[in-house]
Amino acid sequence: MTGLILRRLGIGLVTVLAVSVIIFFGTKILPGDVAQIRLGQAATEENVAAFRERLGLDRPYWQQYLGWLSNFLRGDLGISLASDVPITNLIADRYQNTIIVSGLTALIGVPVSLMLGITAAMFPGSLYDRVLTFVSVSLVAAPEFFTATLLVLLFVFALDLGNAVVVGSTEGKGFFELIAHFALPIATLSFVIASQLIRMSRAAVLNVMSSPYIEMAILKGVPRGRIIFRHALLNAIGPIVNVVALNLAYLVTGVIVVEVYFAYPGLATLIVQGVQSRDYVLIQGLGMIFCLTYVVLMLIADIAAYASNPRLRHPK
Amino acid sequence: MSNDATLPPSTGAHPDLIGGLPDGEQTEHFVAPFEHGVSFDELPDAPPKARFRPSLTGWIGIVIVAFWIAIAVFGPLLAPYGENDLPFPDDYSEFQAPREGAPLGTDVEDRDILSRIMYGAGRTIGIAFAATVMAYALGVVLGIGAAVSGPKVDMVMSRINDAFLSLPTIMLGLVVVAAVGSSIPVLIATAGLIYATVVFRLARALGMEIMVMDFVEAARARGEGRWWIITREIWPNAAMPLITDFGLRLIYVILFISSLSFLGLGVQPPQADWGSMVRENLGALQYGQSIIPVLAPALSIATLTVAINLIVDDVSAQAGGRLSKRL
Repeated sequence: MTGLILRRLGIGLVTVLAVSVIIFFGTKILPGDVAQIRLGQAATEENVAAFRERLGLDRPYWQQYLGWLSNFLRGDLGISLASDVPITNLIADRYQNTIIVSGLTALIGVPVSLMLGITAAMFPGSLYDRVLTFVSVSLVAAPEFFTATLLVLLFVFALDLGNAVVVGSTEGKGFFELIAHFALPIATLSFVIASQLIRMSRAAVLNVMSSPYIEMAILKGVPRGRIIFRHALLNAIGPIVNVVALNLAYLVTGVIVVEVYFAYPGLATLIVQGVQSRDYVLIQGLGMIFCLTYVVLMLIADIAAYASNPRLRHPK
Repeated sequence: MSNDATLPPSTGAHPDLIGGLPDGEQTEHFVAPFEHGVSFDELPDAPPKARFRPSLTGWIGIVIVAFWIAIAVFGPLLAPYGENDLPFPDDYSEFQAPREGAPLGTDVEDRDILSRIMYGAGRTIGIAFAATVMAYALGVVLGIGAAVSGPKVDMVMSRINDAFLSLPTIMLGLVVVAAVGSSIPVLIATAGLIYATVVFRLARALGMEIMVMDFVEAARARGEGRWWIITREIWPNAAMPLITDFGLRLIYVILFISSLSFLGLGVQPPQADWGSMVRENLGALQYGQSIIPVLAPALSIATLTVAINLIVDDVSAQAGGRLSKRL
């Protein structure tokens, strides 16, 4: 077991290195000279040479890569080309919104969807189950901004409960005030992950429910609720943790769309701005942060799958 | 279920592959071939013809998809205005409510929303379809190639593929657009390459599974060449799951391209595209003026992707595995 986890961690480390290579060299194929673009009118020959030297652009690519990677590991993400400010400062101003929204989504969306999925598995084929399945099958294929638009239609246009934009500061707000502040983005992301979580947690529980020991418990006359919570759920935890981690990894994508949709500043809007202004230092740094988060969550998903399923631990 | 009986036993492995992780649904679908009285001397030597009878939801999906394909092809001919024409040049005000001459109202630049949806259909569907075809051409060729090549080639190809698969697709898209800028060919190539990684994995797994089957061994023992084995033994058996997966992949590509356009990094204005229409009209929501300019393109994307999903779900349910679980 430990060996397998170590092995998976090793693969994770190699993946992270591969990711850093893709991100670093992916942004290096930028057409045009960065120094020329950055300096614009002031791009005299000396200026360009000095600028290239300051950024280390005159060194060979592999040296630049190693320098960038070691700086990244020490928490130095470089200086933004577009605004001449250290990237860490830009992040410091904005990371709270991204963390708060994804954190609250995980905190609210995950337990609610799991409860819905598990209760649907308790009454398979019932009206409740079929309605939930229909809604989640429909929402799973729809884009995030469609879900967001439906929520705006309901809460802003029909019920007139607020704005379609998130405005104002989060400073000094308590837990419930934060939820109210980010109600629409959190609700959108919760719906997006719920459509997957409901289907998959339902399938995970139903899968366990079809095993012989559950049949035994039913024949013994154990009440249904007790079978689900004492017998089935414990064995479904592994697959469910796996599904939860995969869906949180998916939030990395979802959060970009909601930040743009509801027009509040966050890390995701920062990286989109970086792409528009071709600020490749910013893209490299933030891209690494997003991809690292994603890789770590995938790693947790895999380890949860291993830990819960002896058959994966001892492959034939 | 009765369809299973018409399949030769060699295709029995597909539902497992399609379904991914084992779960409850599959045990329900598993049918031992003998129960339906397959007699082995009646086995066809050609792959079975697909017999697909859509259910009600399947028909709904087919009608909606056919509607959007018709709009994509004929939209520019039927549209009341050009995509950048102003229906009411004398009456300039953005986000006008639906009125005579503009049934869905006007957008942020006073253009007719209905016409832009009709123009955008072709662009959104066309780009996504081209990208998916490209992903399939690349992924299937490389994936089956990896499966029939030796373990060393396969290892190298699979490791490289895994590195790309471990990145969020939208991040890869952002990096490419940052590097080379955004244009329709770039969008098609980017989405095609990104989704080729997923197709590669599926095609490789299918190829591997089929490679170890007895009829392939038999072909090898007969001394058939690699090309024969790929075209006559592997392809007919891998085609059905791959074609069903095509629909699923198309959904992902539509969502990916629309998200990039929505972020302002896909199809560039003034060209109409559903994803970028949502973006350029967000102001209508933010000032509380009207929801139609945003709802119309978002609803167009959602009806298209959900309808494709209904068809895929229906086809895979009839093929024995529930493919849509992989979404």
